[in-house]
Amino acid sequence: MTEPITTYKTSGNIEIIRADFPILSRKVNGKPLIYFDNGATSQKPKSVIDALDNYYSNQNANIHRGVHTLSQEITLDYENARTTIQKLLNAAYSHEIIFTKGTTDGINLVATSFGKRYVGLGDEIIVSAMEHHSNILPWQQLCDEKGAILKVIPINDAGELQLEEFKKLVNSKTKMVAISHVSNTLGTINPIKEIIKLAHAKNVPVLVDGAQAVPHTIVDVQELDCDFYCFSGHKLFGPTGIGILYGKEKWLNAMPPYQVGGGTIKTVSFEKTEYADPPLKFEAGTPHIAGAIGLAAAIDYVNAIGLNTIASYEYELLTYATEALQKIDGLKIIGTAKQKASVISFIVDGLHPFDIGTILDQLGIAVRTGHHCTQPLMARYGISGTVRVSFAFYNTKYEIDEFIEGLQRAIKMLK
Amino acid sequence: MSIEETEQEIVEEFELFDDWMGRYEHLIDLGKSLPLIDEKNKTNDKLIKGCQAQVWLHSDFKNGKIIYTADSDAIITKGMVALMIRVLTNHTPDEIINSKLDFVEKIGLIKHLSPTRSNGLVSMIKQMKLDAIAYKVKS
Repeated sequence: MTEPITTYKTSGNIEIIRADFPILSRKVNGKPLIYFDNGATSQKPKSVIDALDNYYSNQNANIHRGVHTLSQEITLDYENARTTIQKLLNAAYSHEIIFTKGTTDGINLVATSFGKRYVGLGDEIIVSAMEHHSNILPWQQLCDEKGAILKVIPINDAGELQLEEFKKLVNSKTKMVAISHVSNTLGTINPIKEIIKLAHAKNVPVLVDGAQAVPHTIVDVQELDCDFYCFSGHKLFGPTGIGILYGKEKWLNAMPPYQVGGGTIKTVSFEKTEYADPPLKFEAGTPHIAGAIGLAAAIDYVNAIGLNTIASYEYELLTYATEALQKIDGLKIIGTAKQKASVISFIVDGLHPFDIGTILDQLGIAVRTGHHCTQPLMARYGISGTVRVSFAFYNTKYEIDEFIEGLQRAIKMLK
Repeated sequence: MSIEETEQEIVEEFELFDDWMGRYEHLIDLGKSLPLIDEKNKTNDKLIKGCQAQVWLHSDFKNGKIIYTADSDAIITKGMVALMIRVLTNHTPDEIINSKLDFVEKIGLIKHLSPTRSNGLVSMIKQMKLDAIAYKVKS
């Protein structure tokens, strides 16, 4: 682990870290870029860009197939990437790590494959009121197909799950609990360990959408005892188009393949096909090899800083920005849970989030505006959208000051 | 005034501002000054759904010309809406159908016409032209 990240416009480690991210030195609309849309996607360090470049320049070959040197080398690297991810999540086995396109793909895989085998008429699936559409729609579709019922854990006004209500929802008909680790809109860190414990007490498996958690905190799937855990590479400073599904061995063995094709089989004849063991059973076709290599490079980068260091630094940014935002007249923060990741959603009286985002963009400040793919959550708060800022470890308090100043300017212009 | 003449007038108007802030402030003022749409026309079937900003568009056909009224819940979008109406309203269906509307690019607000899902403006122009086609067919 390196030294703690120094804060505020100093020339300490933060400047060294920022220098690793080429895009952070570019200008947008003539102003230095302030990138506060890390919840949507994160920026990439040079080491990740170099890994991608090196793959295509020096390593490109297909995996798992060739006897030739290039193929053997890249197969080894691809499988080493799997091991890197196994270690990141502390999974028991590397074959519990499946490469996907992203979190959405992982959830679709489980909803389809697990659903095919285990969900039937009158069964129930539980999600929460704060889920991203990606952790609602695959389950909703499954329920529609099977005649199953989607149940929703309510939240309180602060944006925290109501666990007492959850306890009432779990019953013998429940086949799956699908829940986000961290809310992309509110920043709430959900008590997933407790949820998993409660669900398991009724023999119900749990899928965790970890898209917003993995970049900010240590995840130990064995300690959590979750059955499935999904995340996206691009939110973890890696490439787009690559993601991870962790699944417990027993489930992956029991579930039918999701997509079938090259790479998923042991033997094929026109009469019968014998499928490969996990993970290959779930990785049909040539995978995103470069993505896997790039993701491993991203994890190496994050590990070099240390997720604990990152978490405490981002907490500092969160607190600093929250305090500053609270001082602005007419501004209301949506999502005030006690446990939060570095995500802040807010609205300003009488102003449309789109207008605020447009003016901030003119100032080189990238924020997210809209419903954040959580329309049911917006309906819960009776709003149509928010402005969302989400921080990464390369952001600074200086940038937050600039953002607050820009926001005040936008409010003045728009009112 | 022809559509092109109004477009040129707007371009010259925006040239008076030498920075983005002035242009946006002007756009916001235009949004604020947009005549209110008749509330009875602010219904769901008049709603052009963008991902973020909502735009309501209503049109009437009088003496061979189309009169547009509109509103938006976002003020910058409303400013763009006001510009579009100023350019297109009170023209014949043919004039509207054939308009190029390249003034948007010239006033340096090109992003608002990019086919993103962030606002309803592209859909609004499409709807204005579709209304014109409908009136042309009917007349």
